[in-house]
Amino acid sequence: MKKELNAITTIAARDFTKFIRDRTRVLATFMFPIIFIGILGGSLQSNLGKSVAYNFLTFVFIGVIGQTLFQSTAAGIISLIRDRENDFSQEMFVSPISRFSIIIGKIVGETSVSLAQVVGTVIFAFIIRVPIQFDHLALVIPATLVVCMLGGSFGILVLANLNNQMAANQIFPFVIFPQIFLSGVFSPIKNLPPLLFFLSRLTPMTYAVDFIRGIYYWGTPSYSSIVLFNPLVDLLVIILTSTLFLFVGTYLFIRNERNR
Amino acid sequence: MIIDVKNLVKRYRRADKNAVDDISFSLEEGAFFALLGPNGAGKTTTVSILTTTLVKTSGQVTIAGYDLDQDQSKVRGNIGVIFQSPSLDQNLTAEENIRFHAVLYGIYTFRPFFSMMSGEYKERVHKLAEVLGIAKDLFKPIKTFSGGMKRKLEIVRSLIHHPKVLFLDEPTSGLDPLSRRNLWEYLHEVRDNEKTTIFLTTHYLDEAEGADMICIIDHGKIVSSGTPQKIKKDLVEEYLLIDSQDKLSLRRELNKLKIKYREEQDGGFNIGIAKANPQKIISAIKTDLSYLKTHSPTLEEAYLEIIDRAKKEKEQ
Repeated sequence: MKKELNAITTIAARDFTKFIRDRTRVLATFMFPIIFIGILGGSLQSNLGKSVAYNFLTFVFIGVIGQTLFQSTAAGIISLIRDRENDFSQEMFVSPISRFSIIIGKIVGETSVSLAQVVGTVIFAFIIRVPIQFDHLALVIPATLVVCMLGGSFGILVLANLNNQMAANQIFPFVIFPQIFLSGVFSPIKNLPPLLFFLSRLTPMTYAVDFIRGIYYWGTPSYSSIVLFNPLVDLLVIILTSTLFLFVGTYLFIRNERNR
Repeated sequence: MIIDVKNLVKRYRRADKNAVDDISFSLEEGAFFALLGPNGAGKTTTVSILTTTLVKTSGQVTIAGYDLDQDQSKVRGNIGVIFQSPSLDQNLTAEENIRFHAVLYGIYTFRPFFSMMSGEYKERVHKLAEVLGIAKDLFKPIKTFSGGMKRKLEIVRSLIHHPKVLFLDEPTSGLDPLSRRNLWEYLHEVRDNEKTTIFLTTHYLDEAEGADMICIIDHGKIVSSGTPQKIKKDLVEEYLLIDSQDKLSLRRELNKLKIKYREEQDGGFNIGIAKANPQKIISAIKTDLSYLKTHSPTLEEAYLEIIDRAKKEKEQ
């Protein structure tokens, strides 16, 4: 057990170290919030902001936190596929540790990376004066880990069904972009036409975004017009789906990996 | 037996042929084994199976006394692997690459900085760095290292957990001749000091010269195996090739002298000289010769010939 924990820490530490040494990635971390919050959120706020009863910029900002955590962790996990073709991962896969430890280590590592990205997002939002209630934001911190877990396990499930890096690059936008819009990061999804309503409630990222918003807006007047489900409901859904994704994904991944 | 492989078969999904087709061999502890063959012969497939990254289709394998199916984790703990494609993390320093490996194998407890690692570890790393001559570069990203240096670092890293068997999958491909020689000198040192069993795949025949046992595979099958001496004897066919304008009288004369020969398709008479003295043969022949050549290939040529022969047999 101690050996496995040791291995998990190493794998996670490697991921984080790689991230902070990769200048392009660190820079990209700050680019996304500028595009999503600064440009998209800003234009929505000035044009549509008056028709809703809450600040749109804050709405988008909190949504982007949920999205970043989910997406970045998922993308990080999918990078395992690139790694295994020409990197240290070959090393991990021949080492005498449990395959679950490799996956968990990877999820923990990518979680720390996505948290660093969220810090970047918050700093940017602060600079452009997005109205933020910092006491509410503090409550979100523990929830971030849960959301990363969902993103990570979702990543494993996608990864398990891909053969190579090419497929990963092509498929990833298709599994992520629809989720960004269906989960209502940039637009309210309380009311939707039946088909979109159905799809949005089926989207894992919806629960990630709604969970973060549910905690942030808890006890505020705009809670009822923004949040879809009680945070406890979100939490339950996230825990159940994460567990399912993680076990099925890891099982399939290991099977496909060795059984070529 | 440190490695025992019986009737190993691998067929990839959606393939119509076996990549590894019923091969068997076994290795004594401390042996230096070389698996030879052209590209696509099944070398890497075999190594991937033995190193637990690929599942076999059928057959039985034990490594260091552990069954490959039952005791995967034990097998993994007892082997070191140098992959065909480099497996160092380019963004990490040489020391970090070593540290992460050591921790994955449960030898030391992980600490985020070198200065916080155990004294024993630090001492070992410094010693290794000195052996490799990278003491100054230990804390530099390995991006800055040469190809040969990286390979050495990988070997050093793979020996950290004292594996019983070291797998090297074409370790010198892509290296210049000097780095190749350097790497081999180092590997021989390692072998002398650690008594590790070495399992090498290569398509450079000269690298296999020093092996205790060689297996040549092609199209997934073993086409020849044994000590380099035995392989040489088996493979190297020495013969005399002669021809004459007057083929008829040459044929008649050879028959009369009771010299065994084989007529080549492209003309000429092939006379085996493994047991005979070529000079005697030549001086006995009175017919005017238009062509005379003795053929005694090097091991490399012999290897190419056997691969070529296997290919032709396959086509027929």
